[in-house]
Amino acid sequence: MSEYTHLLLAFVAGGFLSVIAQLLIDLTNLTPARILVAYVCSGVLIYGVGAYDPLFEIFGAGVSTPLIGFGASIGRGVREAVEKEGLLGAFSGGLSATATGITVALVSGLVFSLFTKGKAKRL
Amino acid sequence: MDIYTNEGKKEIIKKFTPKTKVLKNTLLAFIFGGLISLGAELLREAYIYFGMSEKDALTLVGVTLILLASLLTALGLFDRIARYAGAGTLVPITGFSNSVTSQALDAKSEGLILGVGAKIFTVAGPVILYGIASGVLYGIIYFIYLYIIR
Amino acid sequence: MKRIKKLDTPPRFISWCAVGGYEEKNGPLGEAFDLCDESDTFGQKTWEMSEGEMGRCALNLALSKCSLSHETLELLVAGDLQNQCVASSVGLDSFGAPFLGIYGACSTCTEALLILSSMIESGAVTTGACVTTSHNSAAERQFRTPLEYGGQRSPSAQWTSTAAGSFVLTSDEELIKNAKLSNVAISDFMIGRIVDGATADGSNMGAAMSFAAAESIIEYFKESELKPRDFDYIVTGDLGKVGTSILRAILEERLPSAAGKHLDCGNLLYDAKRQDVHAGASGCGTSASVLASYFLPRLEEGEIRDILFLSTGALMSPSSVLQGNTIKGIAPVIHIHSSAD
Repeated sequence: MSEYTHLLLAFVAGGFLSVIAQLLIDLTNLTPARILVAYVCSGVLIYGVGAYDPLFEIFGAGVSTPLIGFGASIGRGVREAVEKEGLLGAFSGGLSATATGITVALVSGLVFSLFTKGKAKRL
Repeated sequence: MDIYTNEGKKEIIKKFTPKTKVLKNTLLAFIFGGLISLGAELLREAYIYFGMSEKDALTLVGVTLILLASLLTALGLFDRIARYAGAGTLVPITGFSNSVTSQALDAKSEGLILGVGAKIFTVAGPVILYGIASGVLYGIIYFIYLYIIR
Repeated sequence: MKRIKKLDTPPRFISWCAVGGYEEKNGPLGEAFDLCDESDTFGQKTWEMSEGEMGRCALNLALSKCSLSHETLELLVAGDLQNQCVASSVGLDSFGAPFLGIYGACSTCTEALLILSSMIESGAVTTGACVTTSHNSAAERQFRTPLEYGGQRSPSAQWTSTAAGSFVLTSDEELIKNAKLSNVAISDFMIGRIVDGATADGSNMGAAMSFAAAESIIEYFKESELKPRDFDYIVTGDLGKVGTSILRAILEERLPSAAGKHLDCGNLLYDAKRQDVHAGASGCGTSASVLASYFLPRLEEGEIRDILFLSTGALMSPSSVLQGNTIKGIAPVIHIHSSAD
């Protein structure tokens, strides 16, 4: 494996996951919001069946950057918390594992909204 | 042409509605989605190279992409890129960040509490809710497997 | 049932005005607009208020063009796309005129003209005005996604215009005699029926409205003694590319003489080659501003004599669409006639 192969693999995986979503938008009636939800939930599922870590080994950021990675973080958080705290972990693990991302997104949205507003769309 | 029944009208609409350019859209989605993931991989390795743990590096990559997408949204550039990128910018964490910031910017005119505060969750809400809910479901199943079955 | 109402005292257009935003100025009719604000804001802080201000400017200009005081207005019929028709009420309160706020989605322009005409015909008022507005940013916020949201529009999607049209109509002989412009009048009208559009796709409203337009045109010529050849144009409001191709195909089959006369305001407002409009313009400002900037001047000059004008409306709400209900279409008709020498 050349030293750039992992970059190519990240590119291909990220591109492939985007293509699936694009096809769902173009060929079915699925709205972007539904697709995001579907990706997060399938991320949890993929992690749950134990397929995520092997995929991450191969594709790196190619699977962690798409929202599937967000779902997988929830899955990992839940799993680790359940191992540590038992059933209560099922309710705390998901949010605590993704707290940084959610907080940064919300706070940055809030801060920018203080300084600027939506501009008129142009053709 | 049958213009007096629902079925007839549906057929006419189908016949005359132009198809989306699926090939072009998927190609662009592939390139943009791929490039963002490639950039993320480079960032991740750079963070590790500068001495971060694997786990922290991954979190920081997410934070970087979220901030970048949020900034581009605030500058009014994100929607111009997404017009071409389609799912290529939607599917990476950038799409989540854009949906949060764009709602916040837009809802500003209805005030900070019920405007920004409530509407910021319009798209982020479903993602977080169903992500967390499926996490809980997984947690319960895993708990049963771990403590009861084994 | 007779649907066409002939007007014995056809109310005359003595003034009109078209106002628009950035894209409208850059379109093929930009030069013919009376006023365009390239910032789309009209000096207001929110898009909703910008739409109101745009309507105020449109009526103000129309009144000053015919040197009429706002106190002369016995009736103001106005509508827009916002919830509870609020752009019209915030924009037009300063005129102090008796006000009817109406909602007909993008068919509002024809609906307003038709209501004012029949009020004038009945003798209830002699002079009144109509204003219709739509604003792209306000409509995007209300019906679609936030302005900075990164999404793709489908090829059948239309672009809500940032535009307003205003019209002053009267039957007052003194006013008509003194007016610079007075050749054009509304000679008859036909109220539209609600026709199911058979789709719940908010990005394909032109298709949903095309059946209502077809119904109105076919019914009009069934009842009227006039034939399509008596008209220079049969003008629809905002069917756009998709709706236009459906309507023309239906007319080719059922009323071929009308198909060749058809023009659509949604295809006239922007230049599809330079402006990435997808399927064309929509919004109730579209037909109003194109009527005021393109058709009325040519009618006044006598370049064209008769047009059948149908603004087309897609009746729906964001909730009705989310609940999977189909979009209903409506297309009220007015016959505009010019008596220019």
